[in-house]
Amino acid sequence: MELEEISKKVRKDIIQMIYEAKSGHPGGSLSCTDILVYLYFKEMDLKKDKFILSKGHAAPALYSVLSQKGIIDKKELKTLRKATGSLEGHPCIKTKGVEVSTGSLGQGLSVANGFALAKKLDKKPGYVYVLLGDGELEEGQVWEALMTANKYKLDNLVIIVDYNGLQIDGSIEEVKTLDNLEEKIESFGINVICCDGHNMTQIGLALAEAKQNSTATCILANTIKGKGVSFMENSASWHGKCPSEDEYKKAIEELG
Amino acid sequence: MKSTRKAYGEFLALLGEKNKNVVVLDADLAEATQTKMFRDKFPDRHIDVGIAEQDMVGTACGLALSGKTVFASSFAMFLAGRAYEQVRNTAGYSHVNVNLCATHSGLGVGEDGATHQCLEDIALMNAIPGMTIFQPADDTATKKILEYCLKIDGPKYIRLGRNDVPFVYSEDAKFEAGKSNVFGDGENGTIFASGITLAIALDAQKELKEKGKNVRVVDLYSIKPVDKEMIIKCAKETELLISIEDHSIIGGIGSIISNVLTEEYPKKLIKIGVNDKFGKSGKAEELYKLYGITKEDIVNKF
Repeated sequence: MELEEISKKVRKDIIQMIYEAKSGHPGGSLSCTDILVYLYFKEMDLKKDKFILSKGHAAPALYSVLSQKGIIDKKELKTLRKATGSLEGHPCIKTKGVEVSTGSLGQGLSVANGFALAKKLDKKPGYVYVLLGDGELEEGQVWEALMTANKYKLDNLVIIVDYNGLQIDGSIEEVKTLDNLEEKIESFGINVICCDGHNMTQIGLALAEAKQNSTATCILANTIKGKGVSFMENSASWHGKCPSEDEYKKAIEELG
Repeated sequence: MKSTRKAYGEFLALLGEKNKNVVVLDADLAEATQTKMFRDKFPDRHIDVGIAEQDMVGTACGLALSGKTVFASSFAMFLAGRAYEQVRNTAGYSHVNVNLCATHSGLGVGEDGATHQCLEDIALMNAIPGMTIFQPADDTATKKILEYCLKIDGPKYIRLGRNDVPFVYSEDAKFEAGKSNVFGDGENGTIFASGITLAIALDAQKELKEKGKNVRVVDLYSIKPVDKEMIIKCAKETELLISIEDHSIIGGIGSIISNVLTEEYPKKLIKIGVNDKFGKSGKAEELYKLYGITKEDIVNKF
């Protein structure tokens, strides 16, 4: 199946899961869908590579991808956020395919550094991929971790930022601003590559380039929050909101 | 006399030789936490993340989840305090097999004062599900407890001290999660101690004996899980119950003992420790006097 087709399925799953759970985060799940699909269906060798979803609120996207990879049962998707269910609102290590519990923002990159360091110490092959939100970069721990990634020249680490420009209280620019983000990260000794986070070819090229570098790389993937559902696109209000019945139907229809 | 942090450093340096899988992390305090002893011998397996304790905890977890045997150190204030949420949400929630070794706990920090004297770390760590907490009282206890930690799963918090403490234990002493060690079998009272206060309690026991009071001392080196059976046994067998700790009495071993007593065998407990206050600068011994954590404070209760 084409990657784009898989993305479409994942996006429908996201809407379905959040609608059934009556809560969740559609905006940031839809924005990172293509990145996750590329990683899991084209990029990663799950026998030796690891992935951490540091922006844990995009859990529905991860769960859908895991189910389509056959790592978790598709039936589990219906249990998202339910007291009797197995899928937590934010990824929990108890779920198959989840390497570490995440969701409290800013913590995933440090863990990814630990994974990458362990591989180096043990001379093991493979890459560690970690996906962060752009708003998440406001957490100080991320910058502590970038310094560590630089110090240990973690060339087996690929950091991806889902750069959708929006966070809960509004646009990144309004809330805190990430002026000159590319330069900021570069000044920490990390390679930066920019790409269109919805274009599979560009994502692939960025990842290929990242693996050529001799230190850690950060891919700034330009994305659209709520991508794929017209009324959710570029709207901070869809960060953590469940669609109504009408909205749900419209979203599914749009996603085809 | 030897500090438990020094015992920790010696343990790591020795373990590093036997076990190549060991990785030690520090946050710019390797001299103070004594992880320098490991660093000097195994620089490639000593990860110094700089003054970034939150990052250190996450990195330690990543290494541990990859199968490494991990020890991470800083002062109690920064490891349990500053990085609390990382310990809770990453190490705790993912039940990571990591050893968090906090040195410079309590008033014992001394001259650096309140900002560096963590008096709440036991309370914080105790509230995290699945956390195991140890507080060794001397050199032997430290090394044996750390050795024991290699055998148990999940996150461990080991509370160590800055200052030299007397040698209390012999080589055949045993340490196990959920157990304690008892000194004496007096029935006039029980003194529950842990870490640096064990030596104070044993001194008080000696003085009380001279005064005709026979008390027993219980070393609660395992704080979580705590030795409930021993607490109940002592409550049944002895008259006066006292706890003494270099920690806030809110959430420290006194609180933990109280919880057991209220549920199992209601009896009064006199809590000696820091009473809802911040610390201050001064020599450790002066501070213990000032805050009422001395042998005399125990003896006076009888």
